[in-house]
Amino acid sequence: MQAFVDGLIGRGAVPAGVPVWAVYLGAMLVFGGVVVFGFVLPIAGITTWVERRIMGRMQSRIGPNRTGPIGFLQWLADGIKNLLKEDIVPAAADAPLFKLAPYVVMTGFVGTFAALPFSSALIVADLNVGILYVTAVTALVVVGILMAGWASNNKWSLLGGVRSAAQIVSYEIPAGLSIFPIVLLTGSLSMQTIIARQGWAPWAWNLFENPFTFLAFFVFFISALAEGNRTPFDLPEAESELVAGFATEYSGMRNLLFFMAEWGNLYVIGAIATTLFLGGWRIPWALADAPVLRAVLEFATFFVKAYTVGVLLPIWLRWTLPRIRVDQMMTMCWKYLVPLAFVNLLGTAAWMVVFPAGVPAVRAALVALVAVLALAFLWRVRFHVRNARLTRRHLSFNPLSTARVPW
Amino acid sequence: MGLGAYLRNIKDAVVTIADGLAVTASHMIRKPYTVEYPDRLPEGIRVQDTLPFRYRGMLEVDLEICTACLACERACPIDCIVIEATKDKAAGGLVMTRFDIDMGKCMYCGLCSEPCPTGAIHHTPEFEGADYSLESLVRRFVKTPVVAYKPKKTGEVDPAIKPILDRGLRYVSEFAKSEAGGDDA
Repeated sequence: MQAFVDGLIGRGAVPAGVPVWAVYLGAMLVFGGVVVFGFVLPIAGITTWVERRIMGRMQSRIGPNRTGPIGFLQWLADGIKNLLKEDIVPAAADAPLFKLAPYVVMTGFVGTFAALPFSSALIVADLNVGILYVTAVTALVVVGILMAGWASNNKWSLLGGVRSAAQIVSYEIPAGLSIFPIVLLTGSLSMQTIIARQGWAPWAWNLFENPFTFLAFFVFFISALAEGNRTPFDLPEAESELVAGFATEYSGMRNLLFFMAEWGNLYVIGAIATTLFLGGWRIPWALADAPVLRAVLEFATFFVKAYTVGVLLPIWLRWTLPRIRVDQMMTMCWKYLVPLAFVNLLGTAAWMVVFPAGVPAVRAALVALVAVLALAFLWRVRFHVRNARLTRRHLSFNPLSTARVPW
Repeated sequence: MGLGAYLRNIKDAVVTIADGLAVTASHMIRKPYTVEYPDRLPEGIRVQDTLPFRYRGMLEVDLEICTACLACERACPIDCIVIEATKDKAAGGLVMTRFDIDMGKCMYCGLCSEPCPTGAIHHTPEFEGADYSLESLVRRFVKTPVVAYKPKKTGEVDPAIKPILDRGLRYVSEFAKSEAGGDDA
């Protein structure tokens, strides 16, 4: 990024009298705007449509299919509707905090994109403390949620805010502890260095480095789900108990900002998991003489991985699992994930001492294990599909599927 | 909690969640059950034609087989049925001058069709009953005075009426069958 701007200055694309810091600032604002409006907002919006379509199919429904081809423009319609709605501030609310809260949440979420890589060349700022910055700036979300819960002056909101604070603070510990093994292996906090250490092939990913990083991925994923307030950890906005939790009193654009942050956060989860464990943007070819093609391929690789792990998988989990109780959530964090994360950290450290060069056989075994588990899973899916076919006669709720004509 | 139970908890969580995911994944490759009523139905299919025989839609009366026994009028809990019938020796029995059902009041409970001896009053699968005025929801079945149906002593049935009577009796008997606890599948 800085190299690109320096190149512009060197080639004389910037008028001579402008100070360098002003050019940097302008470039940062322009690039940040492009990332936010050209990538973050559409991704968050389209994800709402993707989620509703997948949810529909998983519940034997169709989902939104009227707005545009297969309902694709639904997210635009919903966004415009929300923007045009009245912005209500309850009389008893703490107005300044109430109005500020959505922006704090949004800042915490959009701020991560400053250090998230898109390809080897496309990154706003390759900070040398990248992953630390990302975890730190994500913690800003909890401030905003607590602020919203308090300022709404509503019991549901307050309970939602308090639950969210307890949840996010608790789950940052296993999430942080699961990042450490990768940092140990890489010897750097920079996102690009972490990716550069891994290869394009699955067996060269950090995920399969040793059994401990393999477990760390799952600990990280579960903790990230809890930090993103996703089912089965959506206690802060549990519809059946708290109406909409901390967002109960919000309407119009402020409500939209909360939900944009929620759905956008999914991509952030996926991007972090991809960077740390799944080989990031690595592609098999060097393509040194075709930088544009290379950037496109790397971006596509990264995006597909991040979207699958961060968006599609949590959506799938959300419509499969019921919400867990508060005490179960805490038990899971402190009794299961935290000890497991410590085992992973110490195990990885010991592994690095014993096998400084890594063990290719272990990598191969882990990849084989995942392949076998995936096949077993597909076999199980096949079982359920056949099971459904067998019983469809008895379970048919759709009158058109049998098309009985009464007389 | 021992280590064994601890590890078993983790194993149980992983296995049960994986099976749940398999169920939802299987739904992704199954057809949704949704019927896109009313504007995206499959070609040539009316939803009304696919509903069960005893679906409780709009009420209808087959005057050809109505005996004017007033059982339905008495059964109606909200008095939405009004029947006027007078004895007329010259015409050969009861003459109905009025058989009105106020569909605006009807709550589709089906109590009127239960005591009907011939199945003359019955629900149809028609459910699209919206209209612009309350008056037009009153269905007047008697246009001109009509002689009530009276079974012949010999037991034979007029061939013109037979299909209507058969259908009515089927309506009555299907209800009786399911009440008897039989297999209605």
